[in-house]
Amino acid sequence: MLYRALSVRENLHHQARLLGVPSERADRLIERVGVAARADEPLRTLSRGTVQRAAAARAVLADPPLLLLDEPYANLDPGGAAMVAPLLEENRSVLISGHEPRMLLERSDVALGLRGGRRAFLKPSTDVSDSDIKALYG
Amino acid sequence: MIRQALILLRKDLLLELRGREALPAMLLLAGTTMVVLHFALGQRSVTGGTAAGCLWVTLLFSATLGINRLFVAEQEEGGLDAVLLTPVERTAILLAKATTLFIFMVALELVIVPAFALLLLGPDLLPTLGGLIPTLLLVDLAIAAVGALVGAIAVQSRIRDLLAPLLALPLLLPALIAGAKSAELLFAAAGPAPIPGRWPLMLALYALVFGLLGVALYDYLLDD
Repeated sequence: MLYRALSVRENLHHQARLLGVPSERADRLIERVGVAARADEPLRTLSRGTVQRAAAARAVLADPPLLLLDEPYANLDPGGAAMVAPLLEENRSVLISGHEPRMLLERSDVALGLRGGRRAFLKPSTDVSDSDIKALYG
Repeated sequence: MIRQALILLRKDLLLELRGREALPAMLLLAGTTMVVLHFALGQRSVTGGTAAGCLWVTLLFSATLGINRLFVAEQEEGGLDAVLLTPVERTAILLAKATTLFIFMVALELVIVPAFALLLLGPDLLPTLGGLIPTLLLVDLAIAAVGALVGAIAVQSRIRDLLAPLLALPLLLPALIAGAKSAELLFAAAGPAPIPGRWPLMLALYALVFGLLGVALYDYLLDD
């Protein structure tokens, strides 16, 4: 939900204006997700990982109490994911769908496993075993 | 609402400035149409109704291209969802899109009308400008109002490239007839004649009606 012809900064400032958020917050988020060095380049020239970081910054711009995220760590290297994850989870409830079970289980309280569109398990993340995960992807 | 519309307008103009997609295509189409008409008519210059017809056909074709591109950035990059998720009034989106199209049309005419005067128009352009500029602006208003509405209808469809001109062309005909009737008098061989008040009034009413229709329907069009 970012415009590829605009830079990261232009995208975030535009969204900030629409949401009534100070543009300084957009600049702070650009620093936090580690894209400041390339924040003034058009999105279409950036890697998927950098765009994903910018998208994470855009998602928390208005500091929503609840976030619904679809594969927020896709295209991110471990360093990028480690940088973005705390920002997404800061003072809010987050519902994440994804295919990185290890990382998601480490960062979540409750896990819902789906297989063939049906519930395979719903339990505290700490109770999810390797066999539960194997059953999902097997 | 005006503030939100200005933010969206700024973004649309910035996207056009960076992408250069709509306006150059509109200019190219208008220029090509003008050149084709110049050779097809086989006359060094045209006056009256023929001149008016040439001008409005050229502008109409280019306008449909502009209408088609109005929501493309939003549709292709998921930006429409991003806008709809923000607390932005739908009327602000309508106003921003209509203003964007209006600006595109004015920018197009700044180039095409002088080119039309050079390539085709028999009478001198300067004496007609007093009547032509308000007529062009009124037709642009009508095109903007219709275009923003049609663009929002078409953007939700998989056949939007086909749907936008199919809807826009018949809806714009009454406005173009009024514009052509006005321009016919301005381009008369004997010199510009005064335009009867009914034509500008019809154009203004047309723009107003479609503007109000847009205000009434935009919520449903964008949310569905």
